[in-house]
Amino acid sequence: MEYILIIISAIFINNVLLAQFLGICPFLGVSNKLSTAVGMSGAVCFVITLATVVTYLLNQYLLIPLDLTFLQTISFILVIAALVQMVEIILKKISPALYQALGIFLPLITTNCAVLGVAITVVTKEFSFGGEAAHLLNLGESVVYALATSIGYGLAMILFAGLREHLAMCDVPKSFRGLPIALITVSIMAMAFLGFSGMV
Amino acid sequence: MSSKLSLITKGFIKDNPTFSLVLGMCPTLATTTSAMNGLEMGLATLFVLVLSNIAISLLAPMVPDKVHIPVYIVVIAAFVTVLQLLMQAYVPAVYSTLGLFIPLIVVNCIVLGRAEAYANSHGVLDSALDGLGIGIGFTLSLTVIGIIREILGSGSVFGWKFIAGDGILAFVMAPGAFLVLGYLMVLFNKYLKKQ
Repeated sequence: MEYILIIISAIFINNVLLAQFLGICPFLGVSNKLSTAVGMSGAVCFVITLATVVTYLLNQYLLIPLDLTFLQTISFILVIAALVQMVEIILKKISPALYQALGIFLPLITTNCAVLGVAITVVTKEFSFGGEAAHLLNLGESVVYALATSIGYGLAMILFAGLREHLAMCDVPKSFRGLPIALITVSIMAMAFLGFSGMV
Repeated sequence: MSSKLSLITKGFIKDNPTFSLVLGMCPTLATTTSAMNGLEMGLATLFVLVLSNIAISLLAPMVPDKVHIPVYIVVIAAFVTVLQLLMQAYVPAVYSTLGLFIPLIVVNCIVLGRAEAYANSHGVLDSALDGLGIGIGFTLSLTVIGIIREILGSGSVFGWKFIAGDGILAFVMAPGAFLVLGYLMVLFNKYLKKQ
């Protein structure tokens, strides 16, 4: 039951893009075309989940026992950068087709704040679901949270790319062209997602 | 002298990080729920920006080209950690309001962007002034967005309430952030941007 609550709340209610404002730069950058949006979402999903597992273990078994939690920010960003590099190398060897598809997006992910954001959130924020006492997530819950968050990222990104493809064909006033009209469209989408709040 | 001054002032409008360069969108949208929050987030970023620009302009000649990005990120992360510890010690209330977005200054593209585009190849003083200018520009934009959202959303400015009632709640929440930023960008494109 708790897993279902985590999933619904991470995908719809606290959507990483539309409610938490994490990873906006790549969201605005690559959502021009549906196909690139799908590629980016796949790469982000993969890296967020993997990075959360690694940083969770690092925090639990190295930083906390050694009383070094103030090094969280530095060590997490290094782990993420190394992980992205490693994923790139491994994918290139194992699945060149997937590498081709995700290739250009992978290096961009290091500076996607959703990755570091989720990694820091799961080790510092206390969650409470369905009226129980607030507590830090355990490993299983963290993985589910990371996966659900990245699905939420993909959902918002793909929906928005669909809207934006249609927007490209509209006659938009000159000052609104490009980012401004995109931001106003996201605003309306965020308003729709606001309707989910209060569900859990 | 005037060239040094223009290093600072170019960050205000011409190279404004929010409206002209469109960098660092996440803190811009997330922390501008009120004028004060926007101002504080801007100042926190300014702190890291100036120090990291100074350190990187000194380090740049010694860092091999192949590993320069990881080195810069570690330098930036070190200053962010310093900022986190200072804020926890002296302004814990501010630290808990801004929350996650203080550690996330590490991945703010403005900081790495200035390191890469400017501090990398300029002297210490110029880099410090560049960081100061861009930081002030960022702080100004965040404060302006914060003021507008606070007026519309809670009927107050910097906590001083001058409109009775609740205000339009949506402006304090997520949709208002995108909407206000979008419309401000329209105004910026129309009146301030030099083509």
